[in-house]
Amino acid sequence: MGRALAVIIWILTFLSVLIFACKKWWFPPSIVNHGPALDRQFMITILVVGFAFTAAQVGLGYMLWKYRDTNTGARAVYTHGSNKLEVLWTVITAAIFVGLAVMGQSVWASLRLNEAPPGSFQVEVVAQQFQWNFHYAGKDVLFGRTDPKLIDDSSLNFLGLDETDPNAKDDSVVTALAVPVNRPVELILRSKDVIHSFWVPQLRFKQDLVPGMAIRVHFTPNTVGKYELACAELCGQLHFKMKSYMLVLPEDEHKALVALPQAEFQARMKELLDKYPLPNY
Amino acid sequence: MSVETHDEVHRHPAPTGFIRKYIFSIDHKVIGIQYIVLALAAVLVGMTMSVLMRMNLSWPGTSWPILATLFPAGAPGGVMNPEFYLSLVTMHGTIMVFFVLTTAPQGGFGNYFLPIQIGADDMAFPYLNMLSFWVTLVGFIVILAAIFFSGSPSTIGPIGGWTGYAPLSALGAIAGPGQGMGMNLWIISIAIFCVGSLLGALNFITTLLNMRTRGMSLMRMPLTCWAWFTTAVLALLSFPVLLGAGILLLLDRVAGTSFFIPGGLYVGGLLSGQDARFPLHTGGSPILWQHLFWFFGHPEVYIAILPGMGATSHILATFARKPVFGYRAMVFAIFAIGLLGFFVWGHHMFISGMSPYSAVAFSIITLSIGVPSAVKTFNWLGTLWGGKIRFTTPMLFAIGFVSLFVAGGITGLILGQTSLDLSSHDTYIVLAHFHLVMGVAAIFGMFAGIYFWFPKMFGRMMNERLGQFHFWITFIGVYSIFVPMHVMGLVGMPRRYAQFTEYEFLKSLHPLVVFVSIAAIVTAVVQIVFYFNLVWSIFKGKKAGDNPWEATTLEWTTPSPPPHDNFAGRAPTVYRGPYEYAVPGAANDFLMQTDPEGVVEPAGSEGITGNGHNGHRH
Amino acid sequence: MATTVTGTRTKVGQGLGGPGPRGPNGNGSHKRNGGGDLFSGYSAASRYRVGTWVMIASVSMFFTALSSAYIVRAASATDWRPIAMPRILWLSTALILLSSVTIEAARRKLKGLFQSGYFKWLLITGALGIGFLSSQLLAWQQLRHQGVFLSSNPHSSFFYLLTAMHGLHLLGGLLALLYLLFRTRSRVDDVVAEARRQARADAVGIYWHFMDGLWIYLFLLLFLWRSQ
Repeated sequence: MGRALAVIIWILTFLSVLIFACKKWWFPPSIVNHGPALDRQFMITILVVGFAFTAAQVGLGYMLWKYRDTNTGARAVYTHGSNKLEVLWTVITAAIFVGLAVMGQSVWASLRLNEAPPGSFQVEVVAQQFQWNFHYAGKDVLFGRTDPKLIDDSSLNFLGLDETDPNAKDDSVVTALAVPVNRPVELILRSKDVIHSFWVPQLRFKQDLVPGMAIRVHFTPNTVGKYELACAELCGQLHFKMKSYMLVLPEDEHKALVALPQAEFQARMKELLDKYPLPNY
Repeated sequence: MSVETHDEVHRHPAPTGFIRKYIFSIDHKVIGIQYIVLALAAVLVGMTMSVLMRMNLSWPGTSWPILATLFPAGAPGGVMNPEFYLSLVTMHGTIMVFFVLTTAPQGGFGNYFLPIQIGADDMAFPYLNMLSFWVTLVGFIVILAAIFFSGSPSTIGPIGGWTGYAPLSALGAIAGPGQGMGMNLWIISIAIFCVGSLLGALNFITTLLNMRTRGMSLMRMPLTCWAWFTTAVLALLSFPVLLGAGILLLLDRVAGTSFFIPGGLYVGGLLSGQDARFPLHTGGSPILWQHLFWFFGHPEVYIAILPGMGATSHILATFARKPVFGYRAMVFAIFAIGLLGFFVWGHHMFISGMSPYSAVAFSIITLSIGVPSAVKTFNWLGTLWGGKIRFTTPMLFAIGFVSLFVAGGITGLILGQTSLDLSSHDTYIVLAHFHLVMGVAAIFGMFAGIYFWFPKMFGRMMNERLGQFHFWITFIGVYSIFVPMHVMGLVGMPRRYAQFTEYEFLKSLHPLVVFVSIAAIVTAVVQIVFYFNLVWSIFKGKKAGDNPWEATTLEWTTPSPPPHDNFAGRAPTVYRGPYEYAVPGAANDFLMQTDPEGVVEPAGSEGITGNGHNGHRH
Repeated sequence: MATTVTGTRTKVGQGLGGPGPRGPNGNGSHKRNGGGDLFSGYSAASRYRVGTWVMIASVSMFFTALSSAYIVRAASATDWRPIAMPRILWLSTALILLSSVTIEAARRKLKGLFQSGYFKWLLITGALGIGFLSSQLLAWQQLRHQGVFLSSNPHSSFFYLLTAMHGLHLLGGLLALLYLLFRTRSRVDDVVAEARRQARADAVGIYWHFMDGLWIYLFLLLFLWRSQ
């Protein structure tokens, strides 16, 4: 029995490691500048985790195999432990775990403790139950005033954009996100109703959109393409369908797009969404 | 002196009528069994829900005729609709966390065995004990009622997830289906549960501090007692916070207050400030709910797992025929986990919009809590080392606990890091992590406990053959269910999705999704064997003696099942630590805690590895 | 009797502090375990006191949670409009402070040789408690007349909530007082019952003082913290 259990534990451990190591199911390739650093931190962590997991399971199996009762009549080793060992493994694990935690902060710091670099391309992201809205500032790079009182679903004014505000004249609100490649992007995340979460797997980050708050995040995309955008915080009945796309466009194509007035912006966005295929999954 | 003694032993006489004996009993043993039965019923409900969820995820759009009959509103034509799925998610989580993981390990086994293991005749406040069970039962009835009085015809209950994030949970019916009456009942049920748990915790702590028998110093208590005690302290300090949060949420829903609801909302075509269904104010904070919820929610994880840790230590020592390795370190580790558990709640909120600076602090404390967890694992391995391991069913489950605790706990190193959580948050890797560690490992602790203590509770052994069959399938099954979920999380599969059909990047995961569902269904079906074994053994099991496992602690000194006051009026006296196995020079390979001194005074135990008592005197 | 109580205390202290000399045989202290006294480690008396302290820890956490919600809500909001303090709250405060004195008097009476005043002082304490609750209800009444309701603004929400929760807990204290009053009727013949009665009175006394202190704290929180 002891040997059977040991073998089963070893097999399960091997298969568990294999499902990671085969990399058949893995992160999609990153498309942001902070991606490689994050992936490196992940690799270091997963190696530590994998090693600790394997060592513990192999050790457990070994104990079961070696110390099964074989009816020899001899007694077990009489010991209440070892102080030296306790100190040793406490110190070692503490050093590794806290070390990992400290290392893990660097990407976090660059993304969340630092402000977006000046000259970032800004988009206001406004989520609502089961739809994403993206508010572009247009040529003047100034966002028009919005007011919930002006929201009018029938005329597709989902944000309550104040048409009388001069800054709003060239603003566009569309349901997909387009950002320029190789330029810092800053998103201003807001929600109209409940909590949503902005999630593009290739961007390697999520951020909740909390009603009553405007949360800023920034990143620099570096690969042109079309990517799926999902909601990652339970927001109600059709949470699983709250989908949009993020386009990372070449500089000139993007520049031309965001200069368009609302109606043409929308039409051009449709063309671009058709033009770029999704990555091969 | 003798007067008090007399008074104490017969604090309450043995009941005679059926109702006082088995229903409204104040005997901690009956109450413990009542808690276990409640959890066994609740876990069936929760498990059935998880099977339904898996069916919907792996075969979306399939028509299941039986569902059309059972839930005509939730599965019209037999095809589950998304709100039905989400209510399954919510109710599965709530029922499992509260009425299974909090109920059985603590309320069940703790109630039954804590007094016996410390040599007491009952809990400190028996009537309070009875009350806490009945309050908990009312909570369970209310949560079941939430399924049927959801306030909207198309769902079977609230759909806010077990975390009930505001403002989705605070806005009421305007926020969509499943946010009506069912959500109110959900909150009320949790509030009732909090009260029941608090009464229980009060009783546990007082009993342990005040009612230990002669010679039972704190450092001679079995590790189970330490675990139950620490769990009770965690419950005592965290449930009041959830209770307070629940009251605030309920007021937001029904009384027009605005603790969690900000202004400027536009929900379902209605604008706050212009509609009476919104509060009048603008400053509510959705994040406040998360802080309050997770201040409770994280200690809750340890409330679920600590008793399993205690039982595992207890059972490993018994069947390795060895003293627990590093008893003192184990006690400190339990304390450290309990203490640190109160300062890590923010790791659930890295991406919530909370201050990114506090996230850094939470992250570092979170990884520190892995240290005592690792220390426990090392000591479990140390306990097995050099042992004479007997592979009984309880031992198999205890070993399974260690394996699963490692497998589930270790990914905390990923999730606890702020930057890695950015992509891992709210994906299936979180699901895999907490299901393995606080779900399945804790359940393995319970299984180990049931197989181990069943002979004491019912005087009969459970069937070994069936027990081992149950173990093998369940052990392989849970690995098959939860390990693939990790890689689903890497790919980016979000939690709480009713279907994965909408996204191209999730398509490659479909074979894994189906595999997991099949594994889940097989594992669920095999639990029938366990239930059968349980019921069959109560009546037909092999008779067990007082001490069938040749164990050392006080519960094995009394008859099986123990008499009404546990020790038949004669309080045990304790002479030694709880795990004196394989003592050199002793007649048996185990020394009961009650064996008088002079049975053996082992010579030269100092020379053996360690120093006979944890070496802290070096 | 006395030895029993002491024995328990020592044990607790020993476990938490440094243990005594250890024997070769297992964990923990290896002190002499003479005799086979039945359940000698118990103490009915201290059970009530320990239980009360544990309960106080729990109730404190409950109010800590509500206070932190209060502080966060007060700090984050632009809609924070403090209500004017109903003057009658001074009366409430005076009543509850006084009741702390009277319950202490009752406890003293029980300790002394002549216990005749015990019942009387308990009764007075109960009356003061009821007076406090009535005064709180009057405060609510006054606010209602001013048109300040639970949902009127965040501060009033907290005012009603905190006073209601404190009132509920105080009601529990009143029930406990009622229980003590009933028990004064039963004859006490032996030392055990005597000790138990004292312990129950102590427990209720501790809880009552806690309710008193809690009210003072809530009073200060509600009308000093961001009250302008």
